[in-house]
Amino acid sequence: MALLEVRDLTVQFQRKGEPSFTAVDQVSFDVEPGQTVGLVGESGCGKSVTSLAIMGLLPKRGAKVSGTVDFEGTDLLRLSDKQLRDKRGRDLGMVFQDPLSSLNPVIPIGVQVTEVLERHRGLSRKTAMVEAAELLEKVGIPDPTRRLTEYPHQLSGGMRQRALIAIALACRPRLLIADEPTTALDVTIQAQILTLLKGLVKDLGTALVMITHDLGVVAGLCDEVNVLYGGRVVEKAQRHELFAQPRHPYTHGLLASIPRLDAPRGERLNPIRGSVADNIPWDNGCAFAPRCPNALDICRERTPVQEDLGGGRLLRCHNPVQPEVPQEVSA
Amino acid sequence: MLRYTVRRLIQLLGVVLVLSLLVFAWLRALPGGPASALLGDRGTDESRAALNKQLGLDQPIFIQYFKFLGRALTGDFGNSTGVQPGDSVVDIFVQRFPATIELSVFAIILAVIVGIPLGYVAAKRRGTWFDNLSVGGSLIGVAVPVFFLAFVLKEVLASKLGLPSVGRQDAIGATRVTGFFVLDGILTQEWDAAWNALKHLFLPAIALATIPFAVVFRITRAAVLDVMDEDYVRTAEAKGLTAQVVRSRHVLRNAMLPVVTTIGLQIGALLAGAVLTEKVFAFSGVGEALALGFERRDYPVLQMLIMVAAVVYVVVNLLVDLSYALIDPRIRTR
Amino acid sequence: MAIGSAKKERIDSLAESTADDSGVSLAASAWKRLRRSPVFLFGSFIIVAFVIIAIISPWIAPHDPSARDLADQVIKARNEIPKPQPGYPLGGDLQGRDFLSRLLVGAQQTLLVGVFATLIGLVGGLALGTLAGAFGGWVDSLVMRFVDVMLSIPQLLLAFGIGALFAKPNLFTVILAVSIVQIPVFARLLRGSMLAQRESDHVLAATSLGVKHGAIVFRHMLPNSLGPVIVQSTLVLATSIIDAAALSFLGLGNPDDRIPEWGQMLGGAQTVIDTHPQLAFWPAGCIIAIALGFTLVGESLRDALDPKNRR
Repeated sequence: MALLEVRDLTVQFQRKGEPSFTAVDQVSFDVEPGQTVGLVGESGCGKSVTSLAIMGLLPKRGAKVSGTVDFEGTDLLRLSDKQLRDKRGRDLGMVFQDPLSSLNPVIPIGVQVTEVLERHRGLSRKTAMVEAAELLEKVGIPDPTRRLTEYPHQLSGGMRQRALIAIALACRPRLLIADEPTTALDVTIQAQILTLLKGLVKDLGTALVMITHDLGVVAGLCDEVNVLYGGRVVEKAQRHELFAQPRHPYTHGLLASIPRLDAPRGERLNPIRGSVADNIPWDNGCAFAPRCPNALDICRERTPVQEDLGGGRLLRCHNPVQPEVPQEVSA
Repeated sequence: MLRYTVRRLIQLLGVVLVLSLLVFAWLRALPGGPASALLGDRGTDESRAALNKQLGLDQPIFIQYFKFLGRALTGDFGNSTGVQPGDSVVDIFVQRFPATIELSVFAIILAVIVGIPLGYVAAKRRGTWFDNLSVGGSLIGVAVPVFFLAFVLKEVLASKLGLPSVGRQDAIGATRVTGFFVLDGILTQEWDAAWNALKHLFLPAIALATIPFAVVFRITRAAVLDVMDEDYVRTAEAKGLTAQVVRSRHVLRNAMLPVVTTIGLQIGALLAGAVLTEKVFAFSGVGEALALGFERRDYPVLQMLIMVAAVVYVVVNLLVDLSYALIDPRIRTR
Repeated sequence: MAIGSAKKERIDSLAESTADDSGVSLAASAWKRLRRSPVFLFGSFIIVAFVIIAIISPWIAPHDPSARDLADQVIKARNEIPKPQPGYPLGGDLQGRDFLSRLLVGAQQTLLVGVFATLIGLVGGLALGTLAGAFGGWVDSLVMRFVDVMLSIPQLLLAFGIGALFAKPNLFTVILAVSIVQIPVFARLLRGSMLAQRESDHVLAATSLGVKHGAIVFRHMLPNSLGPVIVQSTLVLATSIIDAAALSFLGLGNPDDRIPEWGQMLGGAQTVIDTHPQLAFWPAGCIIAIALGFTLVGESLRDALDPKNRR
């Protein structure tokens, strides 16, 4: 049985005096124990909202969540606030995008690590401190005992993200959700943090949901990838297949827009045209159609349904990119 | 941190010096100068000239200022002409200052213990009737003149609640130690006296507390609303901490930073409010002395007490800024 | 200087939060939200109602507010004043003048005190703040040091002090006392938002295009700094009316009560509040209502102009 089964997760935001806005639309995916699953898409595609909905961290007022999120057989969406608090931090950990604003500025790092140990494992502050030092050491923070007494502003960006990872993994959760954990960091640090995450989830056997807009991150980390557009999953595939043969024009575009070092000199980059609108309608036709190079008339008339291509591969497109047949070089 | 403190203290000295210049200039800006001010309507041209000579007012202005400064440094601020005629202004101050501190501290405590929880709950229930009602109430509180509220409490509530409506303590021969009547009663274990003084404090403190209350409430509410949206609160929730820990350690701790500053700034309004409130309740503190001083144009009393009020205000805010460093490590470890 | 860097920061942050580059669109979107705000509408309703009363009071007041029509019913020895009677629905005051007429006509002077006090504070602050904010450098330092020392004296106490300077107070000295104390607040506010402006893109653009310094100050920086100043002005309209009442209460108000003003009426009623509470309650109610009106409008303006609330 899967560790996490998300079925038809839908999140609607309702503001006073405005039409409701669907941020996540019937998203379904599974995470097996120890597996790393990617949720990929541009900002505004609903990937962060999906993660917050799983954790139960969306605002109670204004957000309507439906569907099911089965974690080890219990639907997280049906749990009471108290039951959810027991699970969060213990069974489910989360790492956020901006490490500076995600740490409390007026509390020492040590307390921010120990409070989760005290809460879920009933340790005393003293024992928790010892363990916190070990945790910091494990995530690669040098001189951990000194760092425990310091405040977030005294740490570098990379150190802060390491501390946040230590906090999220303190109770050895079975699932870790990482929401763009490297976006706010320097490029050189990004690689270090990804390597660290990869090693830790492997050691601890933690399943990881990696949320990112960066296909480079996916390539290095994920077993399975879900590509989101306009709040829906448009393509789902194993990592290798996705990179070898992207079928959805959007996925194709994302891959083509990555600058390649081995590209011939003078070749232009291929960005996807346009940008994500605030509210993308799936009602009449495909939401990606206005930006799609492959768009046909049908794409603007009928909403594409999700097809199972076999081998765990799903696609939502009327006119997918055809698998490339190795071309013969003509003289 | 130490350098910061020293620098602030030096700045404080500068402010006090400029203040003394202002207060000095203030008396000289009076129509007819200090002599008419001291003599009042009784003054003739001759008596004024004589007093001018006696006060050294015929000398160049900067020499006058340095003499004024010299006297002030030795604690000589002259004698009262109207509030307690003939008494040394410094004596009047020493006698009355504890009363005002007692009243102000009590008012601040009231404002804080009501304002902060109310502000927190209003923010948590933003947009509900509770929120709207308390915000509306705080706005009305700002619009009500303090002395009028004091009168209403005195005339309407005092008799209903059986609380005394004037003075600081009924004459029951309590022992004086510090001049703080409640504290004296506790120190000497004269519980009746302490209770009696506390009862006298009650209504004036409520009237005075409305000034800081409205501000503390609204700043708390705004700060909690801001902090609740912060990423670190989401992190705290993601850790599965109990609602109480999230509230006290993560939300309130950060939301209190602007509130502390606000309380410091309210001291100024509180001192001015004490002038009005103490007059209504005949509460014999420096506020009442100032009120009487304004009524009877007792310039020596006004001169010193206004100066003291400004210095207290500046010093309290210095202390607030320093204590701010204690609760905000970003400043402490800079 | 020493007075709470905190206080300065508060005023400055208000200046920044409501100052915005896009003056026009900000005003437009603020207005859009204001029109729907019940707080704003209620506050404006109160203000408009009182302004109308002030304007038409000479015609609707049943009697001359300074005429002692009922003087024969005032019996000092028994502390009696005219009771409500036909033609005099609220009775008379301590001098036997028609109380209702005095309340109605009192709206005029009270609003005048508020408006003039705010204007003087605004113009003074505008002069100082523009000077400091526009030129920067030593002009800025000098002006702001002066402003800081003024801010270090509790505001209302300073107003009392200025009021006490005048041996024979009148309406003008009252206005002066409550307005001078507002000058440093306005000055700091303007300087803060102008400093924020000076760094902003459109001022840099104008500078790089060679627009003259004076033109930049008056055409670009000043208009864009107005948001926070408008908010503060509305709030000062309320405080100056309340402060004027406090001056009257301390005997620093206008002693000439032929032309009525609510603060003065309230201050004058303090000695008889236990026997004739209505003499205090009516003017106090009017002051509370008008001050609430201005405060509501000011607060809703502040919310509407705050870019944080624009989503």
